[in-house]
Amino acid sequence: MAQEVMGTINKNAVQQNATVISNKRVGSYHQILLNVGDVVKQCRPGNFVAIAVGGDSSKMILRRAFAISRVSENSQYGGSMELIVAPHGSGSKWLCGLPEGSEIDIVAPLGTAFGIPTEPINALLIGGGYGSAPLFGLADVLKTRNCKVDMLLGASVGAKIYAPLEGKRSVNSLKIYTEDGSMGEKGRVTESLLEIVANRSIDVIYSCGPMGMLRAITELVSSTDVIHQCAVEESMACGIGICMTCVLPVVNQDGQVSMVRSCIDGPVMDGSTVKWDLVGQVPEVHS
Amino acid sequence: MNMPVDMSTTLGNAWFPTPIFTASGCASSGKELSQFFPLKDVGAIVTKSVMSKPRHGRPTPRMAETPSGMLNSIGLQGPGIDSFLANDVPWLLEQKARVVVSIAGETIEEYATLARKLRSVSGISAVEVNISCPNVENRGLVFACDPDASRRVIDGVRKTIGGELPIIAKLSPDVTNLPEIARGVVDAGADALALINTVLGMVINVDTMKPHLGGKTGGLSGPAIKPVAVRAIYQVHAALPEVPILGMGGVSSGRDAFELILAGASAVSVGTASFGNPSALVKIQEELREILSAKGFATLKQAVGYAHREENA
Repeated sequence: MAQEVMGTINKNAVQQNATVISNKRVGSYHQILLNVGDVVKQCRPGNFVAIAVGGDSSKMILRRAFAISRVSENSQYGGSMELIVAPHGSGSKWLCGLPEGSEIDIVAPLGTAFGIPTEPINALLIGGGYGSAPLFGLADVLKTRNCKVDMLLGASVGAKIYAPLEGKRSVNSLKIYTEDGSMGEKGRVTESLLEIVANRSIDVIYSCGPMGMLRAITELVSSTDVIHQCAVEESMACGIGICMTCVLPVVNQDGQVSMVRSCIDGPVMDGSTVKWDLVGQVPEVHS
Repeated sequence: MNMPVDMSTTLGNAWFPTPIFTASGCASSGKELSQFFPLKDVGAIVTKSVMSKPRHGRPTPRMAETPSGMLNSIGLQGPGIDSFLANDVPWLLEQKARVVVSIAGETIEEYATLARKLRSVSGISAVEVNISCPNVENRGLVFACDPDASRRVIDGVRKTIGGELPIIAKLSPDVTNLPEIARGVVDAGADALALINTVLGMVINVDTMKPHLGGKTGGLSGPAIKPVAVRAIYQVHAALPEVPILGMGGVSSGRDAFELILAGASAVSVGTASFGNPSALVKIQEELREILSAKGFATLKQAVGYAHREENA
């Protein structure tokens, strides 16, 4: 509750229609480009979009939340938003099956954004699976602030690494890990993380990916001065703060643990404030 | 050709310009939805059930989508009554929203204590007494499943604020004889009834082969339960035609709201539909206005319970 400021919840969010400009398969994922208009001006790396799926007579009543991969204000479409979607469940499969020209109902931008430093820093961006998607847009912004941007990507197999060619240009270095060794180095992104942090004088880690990866990074860097901004993934019903389903146990300044909504107080959180060991449990009641 | 419709309604002595309300637990305390429509444009904001003390609620996962519905297992997470009355209610009143405060307790005394605290705040339209939240550790705490416990809770609240604020008792459909429970709470002093709370359900994850929700069971909501709501409202309105009903359960269109009104609801709360569509309330309100007009109703009140007319004739 501590981070909640009245009148600022969902403050830039709009509900509107968007048109599918293109929908391409990239490895295990779909790269979906939406024409969304002026709302791109309010979108920041880390924000997400909530999309109604299944059409009007769908039995799927809840929106699906996706990290906004990147936005562009180019003239051809007025404003476009890119999503990287893994066709996991029935909602994301429906979205991945949409032909060009389809109209969808979106609410965006939602959630917190990655904090952007005012001074040039050494940043390490770590993505797990399609969690890499918002990191390339973030890398672009960090480069404009003259930051040094290194990136580590990991996935179970090579087909689940998302690393577009143009994205690679916005980072100083890119290292890929796969658990089966089918692409890059065999192993996980956390393999030699502390060495990389030390050797490259990393100031801030920005991460997005599975909760286990975010937790492992937090634990590894807990003995260092590195700030860890992570974009969490919890299942959500609404994405706008009203359903209270996507909560995570987070410590506030007073040391109190409260169940914080990852949709409006996240998805980007300071990893050191998340009580990873309590996820899926209920903290002790404070009086 | 469409005639203007008088959409106003009353629950006890509380007047509302329109019959479309948020549903408790599906709008938090209104701030989140205020980005999508002015809160004063709908009938009322029914706030999330608040308890005496701050509460963490149940462990995650707290949600499972089901065909045309969802299960939730929040467990009344909230800031506690003091913070709520100090921060949330004044903000809502500033927005010129009409406020129905929903309260929930673990004991009969807690409800009375909560009701007493409401007396200190002016501007509240009504109190919803949630005696039917399914997401509590001890199912024995679901007062609304026990006629005697239901009566005693409402009696305690009535002794504290009866006559000052309309008392709306929120009931569970998970009972054998709903009209009997309804009659009991009305006799104890409820001015109106809120029907229905969620229906107790469970999803088992076939990968882990264990209950999916952290709390194991959850409350089913959404279009899947609308027929249950229509039946409950119809039965209770037939038994107690003079008692106003705040109907809810799976309403996602003006037609759905109209159906609950025909069954006997004087007002309709929209809950889960807001999760999928943040502007659902205003859409439903406009659709309802058009349907009432198209069906030739000059006032909303004429349509309340209209489906009962043959039996009454």
